[in-house]
Amino acid sequence: MHVDYQSLRFDYRRSPDQSAGSAARHPVVVVGAGPVGLAAAIDLAQAGQRVLLLDDDRSLSSGSRAICFAKRTLEIFDRLGCGEAMVEKGVTWNLGRVFHRADPVYSFDLLPEGGHRRPAFINLQQYYVEGFLLERAQALPNIEIRWQNKVTAVSQSAEAVTLTVETPEGEYRLSADYLVAADGARSPIRRAMGLESKGRSFRDRFLIADVRMKADFPAERWFWFDPPFHPNQSVLLHSQPDGVWRIDFQLGWDADPVAERAPERVIPRVRALLGHDAEFELEWVSIYTFSCLRMERFRHGRVLFAGDSAHGVSPFGARGANSGVQDAENLAWKLALVLRGEAPDALLDSYDSERVAAADENILNSTRSTDFITPKNEASRAFRDAVLDLAKDCAFARRLVNSGRLSLPSTYRNSPLNTPDEDAFEGAMLPGAPALDAPLEGGGWLLDRLGRDFTLLHFGEAAPVVDGVRVVNVTPGEDAQGLAARRYDARPGTAYLIRPDQHVCARWRRLNPAKLRAAVDRATARVPEMAAC
Amino acid sequence: MLNTKPNIASPDDFYEALIALHGDLTPEQSRAVDARLILLLSNHIGDAAVLRQAMARARQGIEPAGHDTILAARA
Ligand SMILES: Cc1cc2nc3c(=O)[nH]c(=O)nc-3n(C[C@H](O)[C@H](O)[C@H](O)COP(=O)(O)OP(=O)(O)OC[C@H]3O[C@@H](n4cnc5c(N)ncnc54)[C@H](O)[C@@H]3O)c2cc1C
Repeated sequence: MHVDYQSLRFDYRRSPDQSAGSAARHPVVVVGAGPVGLAAAIDLAQAGQRVLLLDDDRSLSSGSRAICFAKRTLEIFDRLGCGEAMVEKGVTWNLGRVFHRADPVYSFDLLPEGGHRRPAFINLQQYYVEGFLLERAQALPNIEIRWQNKVTAVSQSAEAVTLTVETPEGEYRLSADYLVAADGARSPIRRAMGLESKGRSFRDRFLIADVRMKADFPAERWFWFDPPFHPNQSVLLHSQPDGVWRIDFQLGWDADPVAERAPERVIPRVRALLGHDAEFELEWVSIYTFSCLRMERFRHGRVLFAGDSAHGVSPFGARGANSGVQDAENLAWKLALVLRGEAPDALLDSYDSERVAAADENILNSTRSTDFITPKNEASRAFRDAVLDLAKDCAFARRLVNSGRLSLPSTYRNSPLNTPDEDAFEGAMLPGAPALDAPLEGGGWLLDRLGRDFTLLHFGEAAPVVDGVRVVNVTPGEDAQGLAARRYDARPGTAYLIRPDQHVCARWRRLNPAKLRAAVDRATARVPEMAAC
Repeated sequence: MLNTKPNIASPDDFYEALIALHGDLTPEQSRAVDARLILLLSNHIGDAAVLRQAMARARQGIEPAGHDTILAARA
């Protein structure tokens, strides 16, 4: 069934809250039905939480906007119940190629090993991603979505957040235990609270031309520096579903952002790349500049900022939408536990520290790519050109070529929720790391077994009996290829404590019930000393 | 540790070759050659601590009087 998600319109409906004498109270209000707000709402609802989702608009993303969705984000979408729809519709890719002038200089495979359910990336227009998330949200009885409900003011006390909401029928007020501000880069909530997002802007302009055409380019990310068809600037070509191709032209700072959007300016640029008799239609055209910036804190009392409201990066690396969805997943389980009274409010401070660190990692990678693509002075231009020249015949230089370091999930290395290792381990699954997937006998996947609560992942012939934590045991027979054991550096008896967001928080060579209890307490901020962190 | 003791067997030959590299180049072409040379040598050295020491020594005594094109962003 083909749905034109961009043309869907959602009706405003009057809520009884609008006629209530005083502000109706909700446990959690999520503002913004973009990818981040939708993901947060679904995750909260799956954890049993009643959620109210407000959006000022009545449609999904107009224009394809974010198109690259990373492996970890797809695994999150799997947990949210819509990963399969995304992967089925999306264009799967793992390979990137970089050209200098007309010559290939470098290629990278983002998933060089087998035994993973999800690819390194799929390309999928943002309106599909939002459409699939919305369909999932609509199927959950405990999510209420109110369209054309625009938050215009926010205040908070020790007990509650109060919002003023504007609708086609006038204003009303709401109160909530917690507010998730997923209201995008311009975040009216951030502004209403007198807060700022700060960082650096780059003096460059880019043209996105999404074109519909029949073409036989492979499903790979192609990036040119200084190609003959667009001299002195860079160009990116990437495929999307429905025969749509993203072409991203660097224009330079002096380009006129209004004039460059005109089809008579765009079409010759596209023809220069595709050939003069190429047949295509312009699907979406946009000119953008970008900044790398973030709020100093993502938590302000009962208000939690997530996604573009909290941070912004350049598009090279696909870190915007991907990191926002990862914010949502980090926040959802913590909020659900706090709202159920199973963890103290201090647990939410770890949302701030973990995701601020993740934002810094994304900003660092994105800034480095931008410095390569948009040299900021003569010396950086000379080194950039030198790297590209040497890359032809010197292997070392190829590793310096930076056309975007593509989104990877953060490892929360310094998280206060981690229990430091006491036993020796090798490999990537250190406390704070997102759990790696592995195939199991019979066609299943390890991540699917983990579930929605804390899970003790145990390796051995028999599951240990423990109190209060769900156990998933992987026997050597199930791990027939040995990939789970290899990725987790597991021996018989090895046990990992995995958080609801599938990040590792503790691990042992031999299970000890007291240590397990302490690790769960720590990962839910229930340890008294933790309150200070 | 960055070695700043004499390490080049025939210093005058080396210096002559270095200058000769640039004899018939424009300043822009020289900048390109220098950049390639620095990258080649840096990779050959490899040791991050040594490279940082060399970078720090190279900037010593230079009073910064330029700026790059990054702007402060606020939203
Ligand atoms: C032109 C363009 C091109 C882009 N290209 C790429 C790309 O190629 N790759 C990439 O990774 N990223 C790209 N991005 C960024 C990516 O789209 C964002 O990172 C992503 O959408 C962030 O999701 P979000 O949910 O945080 O915010 P948004 O998607 O912006 O969603 C915010 C939502 O909040 C709603 N809202 C705002 N204010 C209020 C209010 N007061 N009350 C109620 N609701 C409100 C809005 O209507 C919107 O639905 C692009 C963005 C733009 C604008």
